[in-house]
Parts: sequence; structure tokens; C-alpha cells
Amino acid sequence: MAVKVLKPGLSTTVQDLGRPGYYHIGIPISGGMDRFALRCANMLVGNKEGLAVLEAVFMGPELIFNADATVAVTGGELPPKVNGEARATWTSFKVKKGDVLSFDFLKKGARAYIAISGGIDVPVLLGSRSTYTLGALGGFKGRKLAEGDTLKIGKGRGAKEGRSIPEKLRRGPGSPAELRMLPGLYWHRITADAGKHFLDDTWKVAPEADRIGYRFKGGRKIEFVDRVPPFGAGSDPSNIVDACYPYGSIQIPSGTEPIVLHRDAVSGGGYFMVGAVVSVDMDLIGQLQPHTPVRFVEVTMVQALKARKDRAKILEKIRNIT
Amino acid sequence: MKTRYSYGGDEHIFVECDEEMSLDAFFKSLSITTAVKKAKIKGVTEICPANASFQIKFDPDVIKPTDLLKELKAIEKSAGKNKSKLKTRIIEIPVLYNDPWTNETLMKFRDRHQDPTSTDVEYTARINNLDGLDGFIKAHSGAPWFVSMVGFVAGLPFLYQMVDRSRQIQSPKYLRPRTDTPKLTVGHGGCFGCIYSVRGAGGYQMFGITPMPIYDPNQKIKYLKDFMCLFKPGDIVKWKPIDRAEYDATVIAVEKGKFMPRVKDVTFSLEDFKKDMGGYNAKLMGALNGR
Repeated sequence: MAVKVLKPGLSTTVQDLGRPGYYHIGIPISGGMDRFALRCANMLVGNKEGLAVLEAVFMGPELIFNADATVAVTGGELPPKVNGEARATWTSFKVKKGDVLSFDFLKKGARAYIAISGGIDVPVLLGSRSTYTLGALGGFKGRKLAEGDTLKIGKGRGAKEGRSIPEKLRRGPGSPAELRMLPGLYWHRITADAGKHFLDDTWKVAPEADRIGYRFKGGRKIEFVDRVPPFGAGSDPSNIVDACYPYGSIQIPSGTEPIVLHRDAVSGGGYFMVGAVVSVDMDLIGQLQPHTPVRFVEVTMVQALKARKDRAKILEKIRNIT
Repeated sequence: MKTRYSYGGDEHIFVECDEEMSLDAFFKSLSITTAVKKAKIKGVTEICPANASFQIKFDPDVIKPTDLLKELKAIEKSAGKNKSKLKTRIIEIPVLYNDPWTNETLMKFRDRHQDPTSTDVEYTARINNLDGLDGFIKAHSGAPWFVSMVGFVAGLPFLYQMVDRSRQIQSPKYLRPRTDTPKLTVGHGGCFGCIYSVRGAGGYQMFGITPMPIYDPNQKIKYLKDFMCLFKPGDIVKWKPIDRAEYDATVIAVEKGKFMPRVKDVTFSLEDFKKDMGGYNAKLMGALNGR
């Protein structure tokens, strides 16, 4: 079975739960930016949670099916249509051979996850089907989808129509979006005042926001503690001897605009970091549109682990109803 | 050298071996990460050595962050006793300095540079008191470099020259990063050299270009068939200055699958190196050239 891409959308890529194990040579984990939504989409169509799906940013693709399948669309509110007829999000529906899947305008969020029963069957590279476009690696020929591409679909029976995830179990960012972060890494480089207003200020998502990282602007400039630059670091007070960047780490080049690295992160570099966004809130970043107001909220490791447990419980609930 | 531990969110532990760069800090990072790899700690998913630090990614559902922290500190203690000996390899990389492609790119981004009136090589030569292009090439390619980290993007090596600190080339990053860098540009920022494995954004000074690919996701290039990235931390690199004719010939040889880089296995001893850097580097060159 296969689907053909009639229109690719803005930036639609094949993603699964990612490619861990190669970050030490600069190959990032990749995979769905909103992993929660990706898992849900797969569960709705009766797939294993980690099968490859399509991640569509801001705008949906248009696809034609050459066989029957079950489909579900989760994540941002990007309403699907079959042959022009509306279908619900977060709910499984059937498509028949010859049907065209298209999308209405994005109502909420930033990224939709389109699961097809059987999963997108691109070759597995270094253990994953995810696309890492910067390295032209994985996914469909290492790139975003283009008109005329044909995607192979794996074998799968497909769940029945109408399987749905209740609204209270879905998750998206509020406004302002609150991103919980654990201060650390090079937090000691900034003054106590700067640390305070970094957390007090409301930031806005900048237009430079993609799978590598999200940039934020609008907060006050960050002041640094004086120092003699360490050998090899560089003269700017925000420079460090080039080091690894954790996923979710928050760097602030020259103290102006924070950047949170995401699934296609650059694996290292020479900018200091004030800490990292906790793992469960990485999904929320994937759903932020430019100009969305954002606050960084300080948490402890204990709180971060609690948030992780709470998330695991919600996923378990969803597993039981799908 | 004081080791500093920090959590990076709930899935990383970040360890700074030293605030400043040195071969000692690099070897400390390499020996601890090698020991962590051997320890096969359950729940550890990524082990990333860097120039003077390293990072461990883990699954906190499998191992408690506090437990992993304890294990790492214990490993640091025992790994510190190891002699700094390294079984590694030396790789010769041909480079066309002052090439037309990086020159064209650097002219496009002159407004982002410290000195818009000269090229990156001219500027770096001047601030390091080197005698123009020739003096620069001599200093840059005269002594080998350690791959002290691989990353930023897939397969990109950070390089640290194996000379006394007083002889190390230092050059700031661009004032504002470029949006473009030719693939296989030989760059430099702070005290680190690099090779851009893919085309893309970058902030390092641009000195030249190598005809030899170092990353191939399709694994069609003969010497990248085993793995798509050439470099590992701990590799030693020796630049070989080439002219335009040799550059063109090498590009064709790579395309035809006839080019193999010159690579030799060597054992590196940090103690012996520190006793006589010049003599030790001469021995490494001897090994590379089969003498």
C-alpha cells in the first residue's frame, strides 16, 4: 500500500520516536517534536506507539490513498477532510482506496501528527525512520516531502473508526505557555537580578523557530558576572569552551534572545546555557506558534520527575481506552 | 582543574572537567567517558565527550539522577588514576587554503566580520603575528591537531592544535553568524579548528576547503561505507596544504571511488608528548608517512 503526495504542505516530514545513540558525533535524536501527540496518533489507528507518522507544520499536506486504511490526526488543531468532508481530530477514521486526505486551516498549535495504519514505511537508518533534514539523513530521502512523492505504508489491520481521545487527556500549551525549567549548567554566569527577570519576564516566540530550536525575544537583556575569559572560550561574556548542548537547554547568545534546542538540536557549541526545559514540556514547545507569549517557570528535579510520572499515567490511561 | 557537575533538565548530567581548554582537560573528559562506556550503566542512553567537558543522557525512569551522579563521581575518581595513553589514528586531510569558494562566501558576509577590509586568513594571520598567508599556512599545517569533540552538526570535528598554548592560533567567531558556509570549509573559532561537514550556518573564520568528504548519509563514498561519519574524538589530524590542481584531481578521485585518505594507527602518550612536543609531533609525522 502507498499514499501519493498531491501537495506537500509547508514542511511535512516522516518522524517516529527518534534516533538515540549518535549525539556524540553530532547526529541528533530527531523524531516528533510533540511525542505525546505522535504516540496518541499511532494508538488511535491501532499502530505500535513508535511507528513512523507524518509531522506537518502549520499547514497540512494533501494525500491520495491507493488502498483502504485507518487514519488519525493529533497534536495541533489541523482539521482533516476526506474528499472535502470534515473529520474530527484526535479520532480515528477510515479512508478508502482513491480517497483524498486534505486539511483545513490550522486552528490551534503548530504541528499535527498524521498516523496511517501500518505506519510510514521508509527505510530504517541508524535505528529510526525519523528525518534529520540538516544532515539529509533518514525519513523520505533525508528531506521534507515534495509534490509527487510516493510513501510506502506498512502492513496493519487498522483500528475501527471513531476511536477517540477525550479532550481532558489531550495536551497543548496555554497562553502564556508555561515552560518548566531546571536552572543549572552555566546559570552561575548571570547575575542574581538577571536570573530573576529571566523568570519574571514574558517572552515571545520569535519567527526563527524550527526543529533545531526555538528562539524567544522580548525579555530584558541578561547581565553577566564579570570574569577573565577562560582560554579557548572567546571574549564575549556568553561564550564558553565549546561543550555539548542538552536537549531542551536554554542558551542566551550575548545575553539577548534565549534559544531552546529541540529534537534536531545542534549537539554542541560555544554559548553558555542557563539550564534546560524539563523533558515533558518539550512536547509543548513543538506546539508554539510565533508570537505566542511564554514564561519560564523554575522547578526542582523532584518536581520534574513528578511531572514525568504524571505524564506516564496519562499515557497509560490512553493505552487502556485505545 | 576542578570538575563541576550539573543536571541539564531531568535527562542529562553535564560535567565540566575544566573551565578552560587544555589537553589535560580533554584527556580527562575522554578517559572518564571511556570508563562510563565500559561501565555499561543501565539507563544511560548517550555518552558525549566534548573539548573540556562531557555530557551523559539518561532515562530517569531507569536510573535515579542522584544515583547516576554518585556513579559518575566514583568513575571520575578511578579514571583519574589512568595513564593518559590513547590508541588512536592519525589522518591526513588535504586542504586548499585561501580557496575561491570560501573567499566568495566571506565577501558576502563582510558586514558581520570584525575586519571588513581583509579576508579571514589575513585577519587571523595579523592578530596572531603570523607572516601573511604563507606564515599562516606554516603555523596552521605545521603541527597536528586533536579531534577534541565531534558535533554541532553530523560528523563535524572540533580540532585542537598540539602545540604550546603560546603558539596556538586564536581568532574570534564572526560578530554575527553567517547564514551560509560552503560544505567542507576549514574553519576556526576561539582556539578551535573545524571542518564543516555540511553546508549551512556558521560563525567560525573560514581559511580554506578540503576536497575530502567527511560525512556521507548515503554511505556511497568508499572510506565512509563502514560508518557515515569519518571522525571520532581522539583522532589526530594533519593538514596537507595542496594547490588547485591537486584539489580538482582529488575531487574527481573521490567521485570515482579512487581516493582513500592516508590513515595510520598510533598510540599517543600525553606524558611523553608534554616532555617534548616538537620531537613527539615529528615522530607522529614519521608514523603517518611510513618512516
